[in-house]
Amino acid sequence: MFGLSAKDTRLFFIVTGLVAFAPFLMNPFPTGSAMAQFNAGYPDLMQRFVIFGIFAIGFNLLFGLTGYLSFGHAAFLGAGSYAAVWMLKLLTINVIPAILISTVVAGAFALLIGFISLRRSGIYFSILTLAFAQMAFALAASVLTPITGGETGLQTALNDPRILDGIASSGGNIPAPALFGLEMRNSYVWNVSGWTFTFNAGYYLAGAFMIVAFYLSMRIFRSPFGLMLQAIKTNQTRLNYTGLNSRPYTLAVFVISGMYAGLAGGLMASMDPLAGAERMQWTASGEVVLMTILGGAGTLIGPVLGAGFIKYFENIFSKINSNVLHEWFAFMPDGMEDFIVTILYPFVGKGWHLTLGIMFMMVVIFLPGGLVEGGQRIANLFRRKKSQPSEADGAKTPAE
Amino acid sequence: MGILEIKNVGKRFGGLQALGDVNLSVAENTVHAIIGPNGAGKSTLLNCLVGKLIPDTGSVTFQGQSLLGRKPHEINQMGVSRVFQTPEIFADLTVMENVMIPCFAHRDGSFKLNAIGSVAGQADIKTQAEQILEDVNMLDKHQMQASSLSRGDKRRLEMAMCLVQEPKLLLLDEPTAGMARADTNNTIDLLKEIKEKRDITMAIIEHDMHVVFSMAERITVLAQGTPLVEDTPDNIKGHPKVREAYLGEAQV
Repeated sequence: MFGLSAKDTRLFFIVTGLVAFAPFLMNPFPTGSAMAQFNAGYPDLMQRFVIFGIFAIGFNLLFGLTGYLSFGHAAFLGAGSYAAVWMLKLLTINVIPAILISTVVAGAFALLIGFISLRRSGIYFSILTLAFAQMAFALAASVLTPITGGETGLQTALNDPRILDGIASSGGNIPAPALFGLEMRNSYVWNVSGWTFTFNAGYYLAGAFMIVAFYLSMRIFRSPFGLMLQAIKTNQTRLNYTGLNSRPYTLAVFVISGMYAGLAGGLMASMDPLAGAERMQWTASGEVVLMTILGGAGTLIGPVLGAGFIKYFENIFSKINSNVLHEWFAFMPDGMEDFIVTILYPFVGKGWHLTLGIMFMMVVIFLPGGLVEGGQRIANLFRRKKSQPSEADGAKTPAE
Repeated sequence: MGILEIKNVGKRFGGLQALGDVNLSVAENTVHAIIGPNGAGKSTLLNCLVGKLIPDTGSVTFQGQSLLGRKPHEINQMGVSRVFQTPEIFADLTVMENVMIPCFAHRDGSFKLNAIGSVAGQADIKTQAEQILEDVNMLDKHQMQASSLSRGDKRRLEMAMCLVQEPKLLLLDEPTAGMARADTNNTIDLLKEIKEKRDITMAIIEHDMHVVFSMAERITVLAQGTPLVEDTPDNIKGHPKVREAYLGEAQV
């Protein structure tokens, strides 16, 4: 279906279902219960799940398929954000032009950086992209202040021209980004016997874009173009002696990947019309590398899982402070309670990086294929129990 | 005038004169072997033909067109394929995918952005790939990952990848190195079969005299970067200079 194999179609429907029902799936605990703080079903976080999902899917097209490790992908996300905010300021508060232009701008930026960086491969490529991204970050924070708003960032303001809808924005408040009048921050809250489910307009717009992005990445993975990219990863020498020019292939995927990052940036600015230079910083570039590797580089669903995982930790684990811990272990005798809390405390709250770091190490050491490999192993375990005679495993496990 | 003309080619690495003054002409539709002791410059010469190295002096022309300064992929698109000394294959991909990639290169040229069509939907490429796998007796292994093949199979796969492009000139760098005698004979049979089926010129670098003498129509002996002698196999066998320089036999 849709030009996909049966297996891919199933995966596509699973992802679509997850995105559509995320407000339920992310809020499994009743509001007010002790576990409620593990709920992730609030608009802000769900938006981040899908937006960083797009970012990671795009990064994975480059890194997962060709093996070229870009350490400067946040620069494209930042460029996309700035472009989107400018569109919201100059053109219209409607998010569609902002999102489209941000994708195009990031693509053009990626073309420039890719053209230069792709002259080298391996570690030198990584360093070149890192250098470019840091340059972009430093420029955005200083010299380019008129365009980027410097360290305070770029925001929409009341007196922005907005040439397409000048009248609509003269209400007295700064207008919020909207899709043909439907404001991105609008939510429908559904209270049902203790549970609260929030359906946010911005989330569903970003989610729809993620589904499209995911579908396109599937098509690229299964296309002749995708096959060539995988060939570049395994043996570039053979590829060149087979009459294929690897440069345009790597440049094309670099630009596509940059456009994904730009789309993510544009969506981010559409949800909250604010763009700051810190979005371009190397830590942000590093984060998307972590997401992709954690989820499973070169797999279809891995980057989305990785993005969700890291964002969940960043937002949920970091909120557990010592009070919450004491509450949890209140049933224990006092000394014991203090002891347990003291041990656990470094791993939660501000120490969430420690937990994430340990998990990342575990995944890289024990599951080099990321969370997806973990899932596959569990699935195989069940399958083997069901049917003893397993097929001979000389066959290549397809990338998924 | 041969299909491949090498004129006065010289190459120097620092203080080492790897190739002196090589003149060589490979006639169309022949099998031309280049033999010589280690360090004679055979591989350097081959690298000068495929665009990996640029010779310091001289010229290399293929079908009247100069190959100097062209990139490896351009030279391949002109109809020159190369089999490496250690098989260069796409180890992480399946055997089928390995063979499909050269099919795409042959059909679509050195770059085509086909990001939406699916690989599975390319019927012509698939038929072509299956055909060549059948020719090299590897069709039953088409689902296997290339890295898990045996060494001999990797060589056969690489040869299939080159042949499926229907090259005019096939360069073979020790195609039977490290093979058992039975596998070597299979390879010889395969190459002979291909030679009969279609118009193809082969240039073989080889150490195994059994291979050389059972296939080659012309033989060039290289020693210390210069051609010592060029002749038919029968004449080479008895040539005293060759025996001394290469075959290592005591002078009779």
